[in-house]
Amino acid sequence: MVHPRPDINASVLLLRDGLASLLQHLRDDGYLVVGPTVRDGAIVHDQLRGIEDLPVGVGDEQAPGRYRLRRRADQALFGYAVGPQSHKREFFPPSIRLFQLRRGAGGPVLTPEPPIDRKLALIGVRSCELQAIAVQDRVFVGGHHVDADYASRRRGVFVVAVNCGEPSGTCFCASMGTGPRASGGFDLALTELLSGGPHRFVVEVGSAAGADLLARVEHAPASEADHAAASAVTAAATANMGRHMDTRDIKSLFYANQEHPRWAQVAERCLGCTNCTLVCPTCFCSTTVDTTDLAGATATRERRWDSCFTLDHSYVHGGSVRPSLRARYRQWLTHKLASWIDQYGTSGCVGCGRCITWCPVGIDITEEAAALRADVPVA
Amino acid sequence: MPRKRRPKLAVWKFASCDGCQLTLLDCEDELLAIADALQIAYFREATSADVGGPYEVSLVEGSITTADDAERIRRVRAVSRSLVTIGACATAGGIQALRNFRDHAEMLRVVYARPDYIDSLTTSTAIAEHVPVDFELRGCPIDKRQLLEVLSAYLHGRRPAIASHSTCVECKMRGTVCVMVAHGTPCMGPVTHAGCGALCPSYIRGCYGCYGPAEAPNTAALARGFVQMGVSEGGVRRYFHTFNANAGPFRQEGLSHGD
Repeated sequence: MVHPRPDINASVLLLRDGLASLLQHLRDDGYLVVGPTVRDGAIVHDQLRGIEDLPVGVGDEQAPGRYRLRRRADQALFGYAVGPQSHKREFFPPSIRLFQLRRGAGGPVLTPEPPIDRKLALIGVRSCELQAIAVQDRVFVGGHHVDADYASRRRGVFVVAVNCGEPSGTCFCASMGTGPRASGGFDLALTELLSGGPHRFVVEVGSAAGADLLARVEHAPASEADHAAASAVTAAATANMGRHMDTRDIKSLFYANQEHPRWAQVAERCLGCTNCTLVCPTCFCSTTVDTTDLAGATATRERRWDSCFTLDHSYVHGGSVRPSLRARYRQWLTHKLASWIDQYGTSGCVGCGRCITWCPVGIDITEEAAALRADVPVA
Repeated sequence: MPRKRRPKLAVWKFASCDGCQLTLLDCEDELLAIADALQIAYFREATSADVGGPYEVSLVEGSITTADDAERIRRVRAVSRSLVTIGACATAGGIQALRNFRDHAEMLRVVYARPDYIDSLTTSTAIAEHVPVDFELRGCPIDKRQLLEVLSAYLHGRRPAIASHSTCVECKMRGTVCVMVAHGTPCMGPVTHAGCGALCPSYIRGCYGCYGPAEAPNTAALARGFVQMGVSEGGVRRYFHTFNANAGPFRQEGLSHGD
């Protein structure tokens, strides 16, 4: 069946079956289709065989240090906020081998790693995630030194975004200007509509590849009422953010408060466990690990995730530069919310709330930033 | 062609269950490579052969619980170029260090029919409290891959690539959902040394702390979290006082909570 190819930036209407067909086309085209699915009491990212693998009728409740799934009254496919994993593990995997050296007759022989050759499609990517990917793009490929591994994983990724309808109790993208509506960086962006008609999706076309795919899937024009309903979904999300971050003069707020007593107070609570940094979709720190085999014939260099909360991370000759939790917490939050702006031109925070939800003791960065502000004299 | 001289490895046992030294025998796929790279000169669990010292590397399992052993470890140190302690007993005193917090004579009476046959110290202590130790490999039991890494490192004169951060890093790397946040299960992971690959949380259990304290752990903050989750004071103490009860931060945290 031939369907009209929509224009880029146009919006069309897709039914549930249409979305199923869209995923099937991606699989038929050789894409590895990755999206949200339920595992071990959370919504994680994994390979999807079809829409039945999505968290059908599942919602979530999030609060500082707390995450629970709940059964929804409807059959929504995207009725939840972001889970513990971000898409950073697709492009910046927890561990990669950089190269191997083997002892050869004429000296060491280097075996570089082959470039990544895969077709990846990401389904259900939220606006905060897209903004986080854009932040990591600046870090890994935006400067003079391009990370070849990141670039090869990132290339040609097909993105199906989802505009958020129900933010969690720890979300604050609206105050970071990073959501809840996807503003770019997608091939297709869905808004799920659960009332006022059949279960349907308003689909915004973001690229030629997205338009080409839609041309192979049964769809219909979106009515004025559908457009209005879609706008209402994201407007409601904006109004229901669980958290708020006041970003006014945030750089100077942090730079002026490096000796604020609040840092010692939060260090009393902080476990130094690294969870906030590892769930953060923009944190990019890594360490390099060299190992040898028993025979001494092969040496391997790996890159692994690291965190500014480990002592090794800031270890230089003689010891760690940031030996106290106070120093490490201050380093993390100051970089995330303030010095990141000097370094990359944007905040390092996209307001996804993961660091709040997945902190085992529920430290809330919006509360920490507000505490610094509370004591700043009004200019 | 004469066979190259292989460095001599010795494996010593003190108060322990033998589980950690058996990890060496568990290296089935790598045993030939180990035997090729090292001469296993003294290893009672594997061979009755007894090659004299000195030894390039000594692996020491177990804690010091008798006056005899307190002397014997000095002799082991004297014949070992590098001394690596393996497992919670050797690095922290083991589960048997629970006696350190009790009346020793009373415990002997409860456990043994003839306590007068027993000649032991009132404490169980780590090897490093008695002699200098070159490297401590944590775990109850130790992890096979980490043991191979330590042996490879000592063979080739480099630092072992063994991270001392929290177990949370391993959960996050393997994509395990946090049991504390998503299930409300108390978990020792945030203060526990990595190394096992975060085994228990991957089976939706809280971490038991087998690998002892991570670097700079904030045990008080985690204990407060446990109490908020409904764990009793005695329960908090038991979380910290298990296989690594005598490891500094766990000992102190456990002692600050009542029975």
